Amino acid sequence: MVEAAREIPRARYRYLLDRERLLGPLLISPAIGYIVLLIGLPLLLAIYLSFTNAISGQLSAQFVGLKNFQTILADPLFFQALKNTFIFTSISMLIVLILAKILALALLKSFPGRPIVRFLILLPWVAPISLTTLSWDWVLGASNATLSTVNWTLRAVGILGPQDWIWWTSYTTPAMAAIILIHVWRMLPFATIILLAGLTSIPQEIQDAAVVDGAGFWRRFFEIILPLMLPIVAVAVLFGIIFTATDMTVVYILTRGGPYNSTHVLASLAWQRGIFGGQLGQGAAIAIFLFPLLLIVAFFMLRLARRTEVT
Amino acid sequence: MAIVEVRDLKKYFGKVRAVDGVDLTVQDGEFLVLLGPSGSGKTTLMRMIAGLEQPTAGQIFIDRHVVNDLPPRARKIAMVFQSYALYPHKTAFANIAFPLKAQGLRWEEIRERVEWAAKLLGIAHLLDRRPRELSGGERQRVALARAIVREPSVFLLDEPLSNLDAKLRHAARDELKRFQRNIGTTTIYVTHDQIEAMGLGDRIAIMNEGKVRQIGTPYEVYHEPADTFVATFVGTPPMNLIARAERLIGFRPESFLPKEIYNAHEDLVSFSFHVRRVEHLGSDRLLYGQLAGKDDSPVIAKLPLTVSIPIQEGRSYEFAVRCGDLKFFSRESGWRTEPEF
Amino acid sequence: MRWLRSWLPLYALIFLFVAFAVFPFYWMTITTFKQDEDLFHVATDPKHNPYLFNLPPTLNHLKQLIFETPYATFLRNTILVGLLVVAITLLVTVPAGYSLARLTGQWGEKLGIGIFLTYLVPPTLLFIPLARLVSLLGLSDTLWSLVLIYPTFTIPFCTWLLMGFFKSIPKDIEEQALIDGYSRLGAILKTVLPLSLPGLLTVVIFSFTLVMQEFVYALTFINAVGKMTISLGVPIALVHDVYRWGPLMAAVLLSSIPVAILYNLFLDRFIAGFTGGAVKG
Repeated sequence: MVEAAREIPRARYRYLLDRERLLGPLLISPAIGYIVLLIGLPLLLAIYLSFTNAISGQLSAQFVGLKNFQTILADPLFFQALKNTFIFTSISMLIVLILAKILALALLKSFPGRPIVRFLILLPWVAPISLTTLSWDWVLGASNATLSTVNWTLRAVGILGPQDWIWWTSYTTPAMAAIILIHVWRMLPFATIILLAGLTSIPQEIQDAAVVDGAGFWRRFFEIILPLMLPIVAVAVLFGIIFTATDMTVVYILTRGGPYNSTHVLASLAWQRGIFGGQLGQGAAIAIFLFPLLLIVAFFMLRLARRTEVT
Repeated sequence: MAIVEVRDLKKYFGKVRAVDGVDLTVQDGEFLVLLGPSGSGKTTLMRMIAGLEQPTAGQIFIDRHVVNDLPPRARKIAMVFQSYALYPHKTAFANIAFPLKAQGLRWEEIRERVEWAAKLLGIAHLLDRRPRELSGGERQRVALARAIVREPSVFLLDEPLSNLDAKLRHAARDELKRFQRNIGTTTIYVTHDQIEAMGLGDRIAIMNEGKVRQIGTPYEVYHEPADTFVATFVGTPPMNLIARAERLIGFRPESFLPKEIYNAHEDLVSFSFHVRRVEHLGSDRLLYGQLAGKDDSPVIAKLPLTVSIPIQEGRSYEFAVRCGDLKFFSRESGWRTEPEF
Repeated sequence: MRWLRSWLPLYALIFLFVAFAVFPFYWMTITTFKQDEDLFHVATDPKHNPYLFNLPPTLNHLKQLIFETPYATFLRNTILVGLLVVAITLLVTVPAGYSLARLTGQWGEKLGIGIFLTYLVPPTLLFIPLARLVSLLGLSDTLWSLVLIYPTFTIPFCTWLLMGFFKSIPKDIEEQALIDGYSRLGAILKTVLPLSLPGLLTVVIFSFTLVMQEFVYALTFINAVGKMTISLGVPIALVHDVYRWGPLMAAVLLSSIPVAILYNLFLDRFIAGFTGGAVKG
């Protein structure tokens, strides 16, 4: 009792860490600090650099206004990269969505061997992409068409004649097809698993109720499953866009942007100019063009989050 | 042992006034029940006393000290949650020992005290089980043992019986009351179940919309309700209220009986009662209907088995209430007023 | 028969997808164990089936990988960076996730979404300024540059993940610990952390596999072969003028499969993280 009485005057300091108003911000500050210092500031720095003539190895940089952007916009290579980014992302996302929807529906029912199938289907997403791109290189014979298994197979089934070769990375069209193929291969598992999570999250009771109410499969699909799935499809699409549009690993390892710089995307071009070529300012200016994309995606994510909060 | 007092205590969550100016004193060793419907603020009030919630305004005293700025651990209280909140990763023993470890007691002393508490609650044979291996009743005892083991000055119990099935509840209630009498610790008990409240409480504080409507013994809140809320909240079926001019007249269903069973010399007020429906509940008969006249508000009568007069649905009977059993309320404020004939 | 007819189309469909997904892995496996003559057979010869072993299998490529290439160094670097990144991630995200779940009230949810959104900021936008920053700090060509930068991926995602996890732990249990005489921090250490062990493990695995997978930052910051991690070193430093496909595929196989298995174990939690509020229904 005496002890308790003595404690009370000191309470204010002793129990400082018990105050939620104090403890909450204190606990979250390291995370916010990290994000502000190493994501927020660099983002601003990127914007700043795009207006300077900074080059690597030198700390001094002068403000050059819009000069970097003028240089870029006068460069056909930039437009090629912009177009490629758009083509790779849209085509591969379209294919991924269709295939993922089919695969998710196929995997929805439980069947013997499903866990193993799930594991195998997921391999492309979880294995390091810089390494698996190498094995695609080897499968396609990207580095040496005479060793290409794909060519051997096409020949064996009679699509290619004995003297025909597909030089996968020496011509623009096959190179682009190869890049899209790898993107599809990699994103398909991710999209499938997310759609599957969405499908299984639709309560069975809602579907049962619809059946009781006399709704057929297609009616159920369009009026119940699809609207309920829409947010989750959006998540798959938004992540897919971010992952595909900003990726440079596949392009870098498979083609280094070749042949004749025809397969560059914004990310790989920015790297080429900014890091490899040392023109930090120009590289930053190229990368900045990914920023609007990011804003759009962030905007939709926020809307999605708000919508699910309301319901 | 301690007196708990709150003065003009308020807690607002945004615009919601969960607790809206409560004054309350719990005497040393008293068993006080906070009774109210869900959302009445009773749990919030208890959580403020525990220190889990910061009051918006007002003061809380435990043992004559203001404890507003103290965290729960410095308040010398113990609390049993509705869910029992047993630590799922610890055995019953470790659960009970947990508060003692916080005090930094020696191992032998901890074991001694845990065994004492376990014996007191009859769970000595369960000490090395984990919560998921215990039944509902056993979990409740472990939670109680954990609460008493460090001899707190105040016990806070948040609907501790509501997770037990109906059969167990009576036994548990009896045990809880005997147990509290034995250790004599000041106890505050939150419930929405009026039978629990009547059975356990030395006094009952009835809350609604963040305010205490009445504090009194179970007899007082039942027989002398302070307002129409208390009158209709306590007792099943609720007190009948019929409008007469500026007043509401209230009488309990069990005081509303056929006129012929009263003695001739009793002071009675009689009504013509039209019975719409009869429910046979085994020990009682409930009659639903209304009084003849201008007012058609529903009235319920509760006849014990000893009243064997045959009643038919769709017919009217002469019913009566003793004058002393009539309560009068202001129609405007709902508060009790003086009887007036 | 009827059973067969109803299941066969489904199995056939699933088989096609599995074949597509697994093909490169099958390919790296068979390459790892094939003799060189078997591998480098020109594709015009229709009698040489590249899908099969035409000569007996061999362990030579594995031996070459381990003893004649810097793969062991890459592995060591990866583990070192991985462990440090895991440690930093846990130290930062456990308090942050808890704070968002319990202490920050209404705007905790909004702040959580904000933090998660930063996960969407791609390395592509950041590698140029970060390259500048890393060289300013004198960390170019050191493993420390990766240790410093990788948490920018792991912190947003893992904070979000742990926030969800902590929210799923009943509040009563912590409050009971507060009543039982512990401070808020004590309650976290004694009750919340033991109960969220699966969540913490998920964070560990996520962070570690991320270090195994990351390529762009490593490519930007690291030049010296001795400082490379697996995902950078294998495609950059093991590929010379002549592709040594045997050891190369052995490296890819050895590095991919463990990551895949680890990731798969915690998949459901990652998915819950990605889909966040969208499926809470």
